[in-house]
Amino acid sequence: MLDLPQIGQPVSRLEGRAKVTGTAKYAGEYNADGLLYGYVVNSTITRGKIVHIDTNAVKEIEGVIEVFTHENRPSLAWFDMQYSDMDAPPGSPFRPLQNAEIKYNGQPIALIVAETFELARYAASILKVSYQGESFETDLYNHQNEARDPKKGVATLLKPLPPKPKGDFEKAFSDSAAQVSAEFVHGTEHHNPIELFATTTIYEGEGKVTIYDKTQGTINCQLYVGNIFGLHFKNVRVISPYVGGAFGSGLRPQYQLFLSVMAALQLKRSIRVTLDRQQMYTFGHRPPTIQKTRFGADSDGKVNAINHTAIGETSRHEDYTEVVVNWANIIYPAKNTILEYQLLPMDVSSPLDMRAPGGSTASHAIESTMDELAHKMKIDPMQFRLINYADIDVSENRPFSSKELRQCYIQGAEKFGWAERNPEPRSMRRGHKLVGYGMATGFWEAMSIPARAEAVLTREGKLRVSSAVTDIGTGTLTVMTQIAADELGLPLDDVQFCYGDSKMPFAPIQGGSFTLATVGSAIKVAGKALRKKILKKAKEMKNSPLKNASDGDVIFERGGISLKSNPDVLISFREIIVANEDKEIKTTNMSVPNVFKLKNYTRAAHSAAFVEVEIDEELGTIQVKRAVTAVAAGKIINPKTARSQILGGMIWGISKALYEETISDHRYGRYMNQNLGEYHIPSHADVHELDVIFVEEKDEIINELGSKGVGEIGLVAMAPAISNAIFHATGKRINKLPIHFDELL
Amino acid sequence: MHNFNYAQAQNIGEAIEFAKGNESAKFIAGGTNLIDLLKYNITTANMLVDINHVPEHHLIEEKSDGGVRLGAFVTNADTAYHPLIESRYPLLSKAILAGASAQIRNMATNGGNLLQRTRCYYFYDPATPCNKREPGTGCSAIGGYNRIMAVLGTSENCIAVFPSDMCVALAALQAVVNITGPEGDRSMPFADFHRLPGDTPHLDNNLKTDEIIVSIDLPEKGFDKNYSYLKLRDRSSYAFALVSVATGLELENNLIKEARIALGGLAHKPWRVEKAEDFLKDKEPTMSNFASAAEMILFGATGFEHNSFKIELAKRAIVRNCMMALNPESQQPGAQPSL
Repeated sequence: MLDLPQIGQPVSRLEGRAKVTGTAKYAGEYNADGLLYGYVVNSTITRGKIVHIDTNAVKEIEGVIEVFTHENRPSLAWFDMQYSDMDAPPGSPFRPLQNAEIKYNGQPIALIVAETFELARYAASILKVSYQGESFETDLYNHQNEARDPKKGVATLLKPLPPKPKGDFEKAFSDSAAQVSAEFVHGTEHHNPIELFATTTIYEGEGKVTIYDKTQGTINCQLYVGNIFGLHFKNVRVISPYVGGAFGSGLRPQYQLFLSVMAALQLKRSIRVTLDRQQMYTFGHRPPTIQKTRFGADSDGKVNAINHTAIGETSRHEDYTEVVVNWANIIYPAKNTILEYQLLPMDVSSPLDMRAPGGSTASHAIESTMDELAHKMKIDPMQFRLINYADIDVSENRPFSSKELRQCYIQGAEKFGWAERNPEPRSMRRGHKLVGYGMATGFWEAMSIPARAEAVLTREGKLRVSSAVTDIGTGTLTVMTQIAADELGLPLDDVQFCYGDSKMPFAPIQGGSFTLATVGSAIKVAGKALRKKILKKAKEMKNSPLKNASDGDVIFERGGISLKSNPDVLISFREIIVANEDKEIKTTNMSVPNVFKLKNYTRAAHSAAFVEVEIDEELGTIQVKRAVTAVAAGKIINPKTARSQILGGMIWGISKALYEETISDHRYGRYMNQNLGEYHIPSHADVHELDVIFVEEKDEIINELGSKGVGEIGLVAMAPAISNAIFHATGKRINKLPIHFDELL
Repeated sequence: MHNFNYAQAQNIGEAIEFAKGNESAKFIAGGTNLIDLLKYNITTANMLVDINHVPEHHLIEEKSDGGVRLGAFVTNADTAYHPLIESRYPLLSKAILAGASAQIRNMATNGGNLLQRTRCYYFYDPATPCNKREPGTGCSAIGGYNRIMAVLGTSENCIAVFPSDMCVALAALQAVVNITGPEGDRSMPFADFHRLPGDTPHLDNNLKTDEIIVSIDLPEKGFDKNYSYLKLRDRSSYAFALVSVATGLELENNLIKEARIALGGLAHKPWRVEKAEDFLKDKEPTMSNFASAAEMILFGATGFEHNSFKIELAKRAIVRNCMMALNPESQQPGAQPSL
């Protein structure tokens, strides 16, 4: 086992035991002497002004320390820039307690600080607030004609706007042998990680704080706090060792962080602010969208015309965008395209990336339209995808760095038994149940970003690697430990990965499935540099048998360095440390993706999902009986944690297709089902047989590891595969998600 | 959540004494709904009287008249899995197990199940008008998002639904609710226990604030040969019924001797139409006869913007469930939980 590379091993989560036994501490579980508790009060109107907040009655309650509102908050940074963060869209970031203006329902308007959480919450419930309401709009569908082009900004770099029209779409479409037009409507969704948002700010003295925060980016929060409160970055430490799910909700600093730090600095006390489940619906969400597609195909089944337009909701203060319409022409090489994306600002909080943002939205429209086109042309849906297989990315006219999607189709179909499918809708049944098979293609960009890592050979001769990156539950700790272990040929027990702390070397926010590529590459670079340093020290040792050895002559194994030509020669790391005057050997390095090389390639993970549904013919009830997802994502570092990511994504896809929706009442501008009893996600009884295949894929271009992230790709193809299966079972195409069973009556 | 006083009652008399003359006192047993209501500030109580330590009413026992008495403080889980209930009243067992989650059923008591409040979104959101929560403010569900709301027995003041599964079976079984209070003991037929909203939607039932349910009596007839509970909902577990049906049939020589059909998810109380049950008497158990009964049961149903589907769905569910009652094996382990 020692000699096996750790990369590729199905290692169980290293922190798994701590998490399931409750010893893992989360942001809201750190204590400090004299800790105070904050509870947030949220607006109950959607737009207007706060006329008055009567804080006196509340302040008289024994144990209530302070009530912060826009009227008594400290004066803070002035410019929008200072409130910005790594994931801020173009516009003006929301500033808690800035002034009397209400921009959206649920906006935080006061923080009550008390000796206990219960007291703060009670005080919040009796705080009297009077408002002057103004008219507002939250209904995307009824205002879609008012949509406009999005503003450009820094965020546009990672989220490119649609490519320009190509060819002559209208002519090609009208000349097509088969045409399909459709509209797709998606509602709002909320991330709903199980861990509630919380910040514990430890007051360390004048201008200095240690912050335990639920976030996907420790340094992102450190910079945000430093900028707003005018603190030296070195005096702001943000720690986030465990994150109980985030799914994008922690990509930006949330208002509990701001309020907790503000109160701690003002009161010169340590303070914790925890949001409750309802308050999780008062910031970021997946925006509702309206998509329209028009696809046309030649008589030989080749898609020649693609028109995909999307309108997404955003807030009035920021232009949050998603990449929705760029995908279709990367996946299917049509010559004539019109791809358009617009925004509609509404009186809501800014939307926020939620697992597979844009991609999971787009795939429903693209893959349902493709399915319908295949049906019209009487071509098997998978065959239709193969006919339209893109060997290069025609939208950018460049090759893929690697693409084993064809194998995903073939291996997925084989495992699923796709050949058993009778092409006729409503043709397969089991008792009074209609049976449907559906499939869809999945696609997710494989990005990488610069990051740093530190690698240390410790005095014990062990390896310690560190990065400020978080582990949002995906297995980051485990896979980074595996990657690091191979650098020095060590067993996992001799490797420590330190993370989740802004004091550690720079890592970007954890999202977009780019953490593995980004931080993993930084560890590889640091590992390589450390090897060089260690070898140098070893060569300098007295009578070193490695004196004349070069990099290529040695192997890092068995806790030391050995000679390839003579395995009996082994200098242990411990010996090298002793020779180094018992001091550790350290290096910090930056990994910077080779942009000049990478820009010549389209880099993406691919998948194919196959789904069987059973639908009660009289009652409409829907069950996803089984599903297979085949994924091509380059080198799989840890098949166990990667499989968990894909399974989680597939279940999320079931949720998106059949259950999940935030219900809005546009008369009030409020979300009505702000709890996990009424915001439905699949229960265990809704999840049946799921299977994952990782298709072998070699990618020597993408990064040092040849690995693409798998956080999102498992979700992308599932919802359309389910809705296509429902069509196959019933002959009904429901293009509004989630699909309620009564629509099949 | 507002502060409250807490008192632990050692017997029923003490519990009643604690709450006497205090309109704002609440009895707490399992607390599976009350705690939520307190946290959401939907209900306030200046005093919680804990009745879990009352020694009586913790048993399920056979009565001398042939029926069975369910202690009010027995948990839903213990009731559903009790040998007497599983063997003699399997319809009740099925209905209980279709509700909530295992964890909640382990806490929730039989008395409390009758007293759970609606799951109407607007009732739970104090920022919106609701006649049930604050009489006179209006009904937000009418004209709002009303997919989960009622289609039978509604009023212009309230279209909320009573969410219990257990009570649908109790209605079908014609249970009797035994109550005690400052003015002594009384009993109420199950059909009279819950109310329709009418002009008083803030009142869910006819229990007075200072009264306690002590037990529920099941009559001898348990329909243990031909029964079925069907729950249709948006996911397979931990969701309230959009439509549910409890059916008990007594068959003789392929004729229906007696039929009981109660519906959940459609009204402010479990819904039964005796005329429809009478219609089935002495008829063959056929789909067309059940369909005719379904029409009678749904007579007068009126849908709102998002819930008209419930009317047709309920009719189909009645027919399916009555057919399933002919073959109760269809509900044995391995069968889909909701079907």
